[in-house]
Amino acid sequence: MREAIAAHVHDGDTIAIEGFTHLICFDAAHEIILQKRRDLTLCRLTPDLIADQMIAAGCLRKLVFSWAGNPGAGSLHAFRRAVEKRERPLEIEEYSHFGMVARFAAAAAGLSFWPLRNYSGTDLPRVNPNIREVTCPFTGERVAAVAALRPDVAVIHAQRADAQGNTQMWGIVGVQKEAAFAAQRVIVVVEEIVDESVVRADPNRTVIPGMIVDAVVQEPWGAHPSYVQGFYDRDNDFYVAWESISRDAGRLQAYLDEFVLGVEDRARYLAKHPDLAQRLVAEQRVSAGVNYGY
Amino acid sequence: MICVAAGELHDRDVVFVGMGLPSLACNLARATHAPNLQLIYESGTIGTRPTRMPLSIGDPALVTGTLMVSSMIDVFELFLQRGHIDVGFLGAAQIDRFANINTTVVGAYDKPAVRLPGSGGASEIAAHARRVLVVMTLDRRAFPERVDFITSRGDRVSRVITDKCIFERDVLTGELVLAAIYPGVTVDDVRSQVGWDLQVRALRDVPPPDRQMLDALTRIRG
Repeated sequence: MREAIAAHVHDGDTIAIEGFTHLICFDAAHEIILQKRRDLTLCRLTPDLIADQMIAAGCLRKLVFSWAGNPGAGSLHAFRRAVEKRERPLEIEEYSHFGMVARFAAAAAGLSFWPLRNYSGTDLPRVNPNIREVTCPFTGERVAAVAALRPDVAVIHAQRADAQGNTQMWGIVGVQKEAAFAAQRVIVVVEEIVDESVVRADPNRTVIPGMIVDAVVQEPWGAHPSYVQGFYDRDNDFYVAWESISRDAGRLQAYLDEFVLGVEDRARYLAKHPDLAQRLVAEQRVSAGVNYGY
Repeated sequence: MICVAAGELHDRDVVFVGMGLPSLACNLARATHAPNLQLIYESGTIGTRPTRMPLSIGDPALVTGTLMVSSMIDVFELFLQRGHIDVGFLGAAQIDRFANINTTVVGAYDKPAVRLPGSGGASEIAAHARRVLVVMTLDRRAFPERVDFITSRGDRVSRVITDKCIFERDVLTGELVLAAIYPGVTVDDVRSQVGWDLQVRALRDVPPPDRQMLDALTRIRG
């Protein structure tokens, strides 16, 4: 992870660390904090705890998002302090989920914008000049348009990939495929590196092809406290605890000092959480597979 | 409130489910009078039957045993924008006289008193579901004459279910009017918690939920 972040994430970059509740690569966010990257623009539908941590650590200049909360558990208080109290300069650019997804889809398709029906009658275009309208050349209908979002780098966590980065993912797949195809560079982080023959045996499960991947990192438990379907459950206790940790800037800093800045790598982070396997390892619910023969 | 909200759903409705109270109400309906309710979560799960109450909108229990997992672009384009959703079920921080919903800020956008999470998928759910239900606690600060920010427009909202009463949107004026109250609640109780001159139409009494529904709710909550 150290080499991948050092090589592909630079000060001032626009970075997408995607994953919709599922497959959020906390390890990449922690490594970015550890390497003291600055002036980043983070793009995420749901900034989640990684944004709160990166804001508190001073990594972010700007946040591009559509829902900034602690899913199911409360608020992102470092984010709120930055916006409500202006404790840190943080620019925000906000959309709805559909708007964010459409921005990634446009860039992934090599287009400059994406049309969608929404936003009329809402205040979102008033505060975000990048939500505009276009006229359909065939019907004359006015529809909303959002600009393509082309991150410098996308970080995608997944269950498994081969050494070339052919990446397989199951469960909630969110906007990861579009974010990867939208980005200039792609870092894939996986629970398991598998042989190419494993990928070829089940090609419909491949979401990201190796040809667009720049770095493959194996990092078991790299998404904790988020989850990986079939590997480990979401650490809901931690998400609930974050409400009180992040409410207090001092406690948040102490958390970063101990669990992010104070650990050199994921192995040492895991050593500080000795009960994860016992609490969170997924039960077996194995799918039978299909016949690809002809 | 949860039982009343669940009662608004019909068997075989296709529901786009918001997190928290809406999710609880939808799963209660599915466990009682609407076993064939099709739940769609914005995280991409279609025909979902969670075996535990999901804490988050992307809970792994939404995936296990569901009919289909689609990408988010497909959820918003093929299911929602294409017009396959009967009911959108939302929560809200503020709702106003014309059912406009605010989940973005309390106060001015540039310097908010409270920064809320924002739209998520609510804005497009409100724009595309044929019928929008809102469930939220009745509170003066949550029911202003005008919301501080319109995150999601109100023209498809049909009912607002609260812990004291039910509001309906009058199709002619577009206003939320009082349609039903719960046992022990008076019209004045409701008026005192609403920031506009609330009109009352054909007021119904809402009976308390029956034993079977309360038992099911206890079971679902675990």
